[in-house]
Amino acid sequence: MSTVKMTVNGKEVSADVEDRTLLSAYLRENLNLTGTHIGCDTSQCGACVIHVDGKAVKSCTMLAIQASGSEVTTIEGLANGGDLHPVQTAFKENHGLQCGFCTPGMIMSAVDMINRHGGANLDEKTIRQELEGNICRCTGYHNIVRSIEAAAKVMA
Amino acid sequence: MSAEGIGARVLRKEDKRFITGKGKYTDDFTVPDMHFAAFVRSPHAHANIKSIDKSAAEAMSGVVGVLDGKELTGDGIGNIICGWMIHSKDGSPMNMGAWSALATEKVRYVGDAVAVVIASTQAQAKAAAEAVVVDYEVLPVVVSAVEALNDSAPQIHENAPGNLIYDWEIGEDVDKVEAAIAGAAHVTEMDITNNRLAPNAMETRAALANYDAAEEHFTLHTTSQNPHVARLVLSAFYQVAPEHKLRVIAPDVGGGFGSKIFVYPEEIVCLWASRKCGVPVKWTADRTEAFLADAHGRDHVTKAKIGFDANNKIVGFKIDTIANLGAYMSLFSSSVPTYLYATLLSGQYNIANVHCNVRSVYTNTAPVDAYRGAGRPEAAYVVERIMETAARELGVSPAELRRNNFITEFPHQTPVIFAYDVGDFNATLDAAMKAADYDGFSARRSEAESRGKKRGIGMSCYIEACGIAPSAAVGSLGAGVGLWESAEVRVNPVGTIEILTGSHSHGQGHETSFAQLASDRFGLPTGNIQVVHGDTDKVQFGMGTYGSRSGAVGMSAISKALDKVEAKAKKIAAHLMEADEGDIVIENGEVKVAGTDKTLGWHEICLAAYMAHNLPEGMEPGLKEGAFYDPANFTFPAGAYICEVEVDPETGTTEIVQFVAADDFGRIINPMIVEGQVHGGVTQGIGQAMLENAVYDDSGQLLSASYMDYTMPRADDVPSYNLSTHETICPNNPLGMKGCGEAGAIGSPPAVINAITDAIGNNNLNMPATPSRVWAALNA
Repeated sequence: MSTVKMTVNGKEVSADVEDRTLLSAYLRENLNLTGTHIGCDTSQCGACVIHVDGKAVKSCTMLAIQASGSEVTTIEGLANGGDLHPVQTAFKENHGLQCGFCTPGMIMSAVDMINRHGGANLDEKTIRQELEGNICRCTGYHNIVRSIEAAAKVMA
Repeated sequence: MSAEGIGARVLRKEDKRFITGKGKYTDDFTVPDMHFAAFVRSPHAHANIKSIDKSAAEAMSGVVGVLDGKELTGDGIGNIICGWMIHSKDGSPMNMGAWSALATEKVRYVGDAVAVVIASTQAQAKAAAEAVVVDYEVLPVVVSAVEALNDSAPQIHENAPGNLIYDWEIGEDVDKVEAAIAGAAHVTEMDITNNRLAPNAMETRAALANYDAAEEHFTLHTTSQNPHVARLVLSAFYQVAPEHKLRVIAPDVGGGFGSKIFVYPEEIVCLWASRKCGVPVKWTADRTEAFLADAHGRDHVTKAKIGFDANNKIVGFKIDTIANLGAYMSLFSSSVPTYLYATLLSGQYNIANVHCNVRSVYTNTAPVDAYRGAGRPEAAYVVERIMETAARELGVSPAELRRNNFITEFPHQTPVIFAYDVGDFNATLDAAMKAADYDGFSARRSEAESRGKKRGIGMSCYIEACGIAPSAAVGSLGAGVGLWESAEVRVNPVGTIEILTGSHSHGQGHETSFAQLASDRFGLPTGNIQVVHGDTDKVQFGMGTYGSRSGAVGMSAISKALDKVEAKAKKIAAHLMEADEGDIVIENGEVKVAGTDKTLGWHEICLAAYMAHNLPEGMEPGLKEGAFYDPANFTFPAGAYICEVEVDPETGTTEIVQFVAADDFGRIINPMIVEGQVHGGVTQGIGQAMLENAVYDDSGQLLSASYMDYTMPRADDVPSYNLSTHETICPNNPLGMKGCGEAGAIGSPPAVINAITDAIGNNNLNMPATPSRVWAALNA
């Protein structure tokens, strides 16, 4: 067992966890932040993407203890109170989601993508390549790409 | 009508919870004292179980139960059944082998569940499952449906000699069809394989079973597309609990695509284990379990031949298909390669002579059942590949050969059961060809050649059948259920509305599009309308969502219930305003007497219904109506898809440079949601055509059991799509709808393969058209 301490969505949290506990499991089971989803067991699907110290991370590829001392943001912490993040708004306005299961990971990846490239510099080809690590089975990606394009414009 | 009524692009009401991480899927629920299940699964594709030693597992930390198949059957839990009876052409019933939720004597595929461990944590359950020692006597294995029919193939179920489940036929007399083809001016023959797929909803299957001993009552949260059907089957056939003692809740469900229609062993075992161990039991599949144990899709091998007269009119079409149903018959498996497949083999074409023979067989592979399109993609692939191939052989344009044979008068009775009610196949083909700039293709091909690329174009004119289905009709064909839908419209005293539906939304946006119906009817904002679904305690009964039926059947039931609410509201209004019922008009949230200035608010009528101080003589208080809707016919969505590709001859890599879809779905309620359905369906079809393949080796090991091995379509594998719709209104349901959920997956695979084979000049290419296959075909 190890003690982990981190800031999750602006709140200090701490717990004793088994060393093998994945960050994704810690978020879901210890903190009840079930917006972070588990869609595979090979770090391929991207449903569990969160931000650790401002960078997009597949939370199933990281142990909870590795995130000790970090600032973690999950989908639940992305909106500013009642104000949705522009990427969240864009996914709704462009029908960028259907069943919603991949959506938290998609949104967290998209925020990171726009932050890294700058909203003005994202073209469709780049967006599609950057989404390589996130699988969606419902939307065919068409409206996810439209959502990210729209959000990038707002954030430019 | 209203701004958010029929035809409006209303943004989805359900989105907020999903984009903020507040969706509640089955694995997100916890209950006090919750324990976890882990299944012991067979590592062998075919073996006798000699013994099971549970002692080591039982002694492990946190373990409260290690249960096997003998205990399950000993407690009276029934075998898993297939709910659609198919008779062979000799009149004998299909040969259904026994399927126990936990294997007792024998395992028949890798992943077959043998035992279950219940423990305090998931890690403890998984560790203890590893410690269960099963002594297997390994048996010979067959994974190919064609080989399973050989005399030397291992026998999988005792009561299915030669592994044959049924040998079934449909259509005109086979000798008549053969004679017509023998007299044809041109005959095209093809061997066609439809590759096996894994459905891969992003949320894996899960179950949380909770037995309340004091009430003798079960609650099951589960990933189901049809919770009421699940409850019925769990109760009536598996004897888990009587229906009134079993509540099934399918909360937010992360995609289904058919794979969550069926009741699987795991839900049964979790319910039983919850009672047996006295604790709530949760099971969530990991992705590898999903690959191993979710029902797969497709897996057909077909020989087809089609004859044309001197005027290029089809004179006969004969199809012989072998379908792989895997190791056990899943819930609707028997219907997929028969009534959901062969009935569509007339395509969009006027063909007097069609005959299809289907043999469905057992193999040592995962059960195969409905997956997005379920039989219709297999039919469209046969019809549209052979039409394109025939056009090439005849030296005529693929569009003209199709047009020359299109059905243009409706209703049209095909030789394979269906009576197409309405359509305009030329209109959708025109729209697709215009959108794709089909005429400009040769210039684009030349330009690509100058860059060293091989460019090809292919089309597909699909038809499918949705709106399943008229209950008496499917009953006469062997279905074990009626396929109507139910709805209840509850108007509250303040005028807000709850719509309860037996349909289930797992991505389709019902909470929005269903609300649009009531918005349209009464002129209310969709924000005043709540759609309730997915809970057997809330909705009385329903048949669920599959086969693109929630529009044509589910929304028709809502429409019928709205009719009744409207009629009663008008009676109350007429009474209150001393007017004739026929003069009452409801619009924009107001109830008016036509031609006068008399008006009451919608909410005033609703309140009056519940106050009951002044109702028409003899009228019951309240404003709540229910309806069951049983469709009059299937519906027939149809359309034309055009795919254009560039192949890199050095690597065999294919890029889709444009994909055009022109669909006729009948009346459209929310175009935004319909487009989303097509985007997703086409992408799954492109996945089948170019990327996806569920592959077993000869020993029955599934080689493609993770996302490292099974190629899911990703964002950079597919293009943006060019969509349009053409509406011919379905005459057989009140809203004129046909259905849009599966069309994309049905129409796209042949368009893609027709394009790639056009590009490389070799028609001998199987799905998935991976770079290595394309390169080999190009260099053959």
